[in-house]
Amino acid sequence: MTRFIPVITVLLAILLLWYVAAIPMNAPWQQTLNQRAGLEGVGPLDFAGQTWSQDKPLLPAPHQVVGEIWQATIGTDIASKRSLAYHAGVTLASTLLGFALGTLLGIGLALVIVHNDASDRSLMPWIIASQTVPILAIAPMVVVGLGAVGVTGLLPKALISMYLSFFPVVVGMVKGLRTPEAIQLDLLRTYHASSWQVFAKLRWPASIPFLFASMKVGIAISLIGAVVGELSNNAGGGLGVRLLTGSYNGQTIQIWAALFIAAALAALLVVAVGGAERLANRAMGARP
Amino acid sequence: MAQTTQPGPVVSAQHLGLTFPTNDGDVIALSDVNLSIEKGEFVSFIGPSGCGKTTFLRTIADLEQPTSGTLTINGQTPANARKDRAYGYVFQAPALYPWRTIAKNVALPLEIMGYSPAQQEERIARTMELVNLSGFEQKYPWQLSGGMQQRASIARALAFDADLLLMDEPFGALDEIVRDHLNAELLKLWARTQKTICFVTHSIPEAVYLSTKIVVMSPRPGRVTDIIESTLPPERPLDIRETPEFLRLAARVRDGLRAGHSYEEVL
Repeated sequence: MTRFIPVITVLLAILLLWYVAAIPMNAPWQQTLNQRAGLEGVGPLDFAGQTWSQDKPLLPAPHQVVGEIWQATIGTDIASKRSLAYHAGVTLASTLLGFALGTLLGIGLALVIVHNDASDRSLMPWIIASQTVPILAIAPMVVVGLGAVGVTGLLPKALISMYLSFFPVVVGMVKGLRTPEAIQLDLLRTYHASSWQVFAKLRWPASIPFLFASMKVGIAISLIGAVVGELSNNAGGGLGVRLLTGSYNGQTIQIWAALFIAAALAALLVVAVGGAERLANRAMGARP
Repeated sequence: MAQTTQPGPVVSAQHLGLTFPTNDGDVIALSDVNLSIEKGEFVSFIGPSGCGKTTFLRTIADLEQPTSGTLTINGQTPANARKDRAYGYVFQAPALYPWRTIAKNVALPLEIMGYSPAQQEERIARTMELVNLSGFEQKYPWQLSGGMQQRASIARALAFDADLLLMDEPFGALDEIVRDHLNAELLKLWARTQKTICFVTHSIPEAVYLSTKIVVMSPRPGRVTDIIESTLPPERPLDIRETPEFLRLAARVRDGLRAGHSYEEVL
């Protein structure tokens, strides 16, 4: 229980701050509305209540966002295009595909870099440069470009997720594959082990902790990549599309609901990777 | 496995030299080392830091390449001896893999050398028994004390039945009591297995207690200053270390170390 008290305290503080902030944020529009409706002499408490229940508030109150999430997930058929769960599913699919591709690419590049000095010097600068290009600039080119050659749907978005998520995996795995100390490498040399055996028996198991640390970062930014990809192509739906249509129509509640679902999804994914990490640790006899 | 009753020495070094080039000029790690180690001998290498004792052991193991002279292991080059898996090497640290159980650590060389699962199991059981670790097969390294970890690493070096055991200060990081115990166990193990052992140490009592031959070395350049054939009997209880014979040998080793006047040269 003591673990939860700090978390709940912070959560309550954020909620309080949020409700308080919603009053001045939404007050000007509420005053205009009240003037139009000829309402006068509204008491401060009633006025606060009004600012927390607008249709298109500047800052929606927490209960409005929660209500929208409830109504758009539990309250809507999951196959419907209006279901937030449906859109979350679309985003999740391209996140996971992109994450899988990015992790494989990252491990592959790390292997090449660790086993070949020339590629270390030649590849690493390009890998770092790839991440300095704004993803918002690349995403439309990838989506539109692939769309022009007939590749649409999941793959273009997954490629953007891959583009973001391979980077932490390369950096982490290069470090991880290089952790074995000289004495451990010497030991395998005395056995006349092949370089494949050095990799399979030593480098790979030694790099597993680094892989999981990298994958935790990678899966969170995979989700960002998927959402950014959806902003460039709203045909297939997804949380990014909900954000975009919400902002076109001034549906702030819808935007916030999509944001919260995206954040919750990212948190769940990171927790899932953490769970896999614990399983791996147990299998590898780590000190509990 | 090409070491079938060869007549020659197990290790033979003639005018062996090894020079490391560094930015501050060449460092002569080994200079004109001449040594012959016969089958079944227990040879200790003793000397201060920088005398080349570890380098010599690593050269036998083909982990370093000599720059002059000749070195043969069972009559072959060190590289071929390594490919033949002619020796087991015990490092200063246990270097056990933390993600493998003790049994799996002992199995590591067997997996690499392609032993069948049944052979692996049989050899794990035999070597674990040899180092008194039976019952600890399923423990992970962190669950064992430092002395037990080093015993596990000796079991790993013994698992594939190489006739030559190279040990680089294996008990250097352990306390006196554990070290005495492991020294006594190592002598028993040596008597049972009839292996040739090269043992690097900087403890005079350890060298005298264990060895049939003590090689005293001195630094700058690393060279052999004295080779002492032990006159102690093969049967050595721990209290042999109080006998006049033991003390006489220890004094001769100490003299040899002093003759290298190594410590004055430092700095």
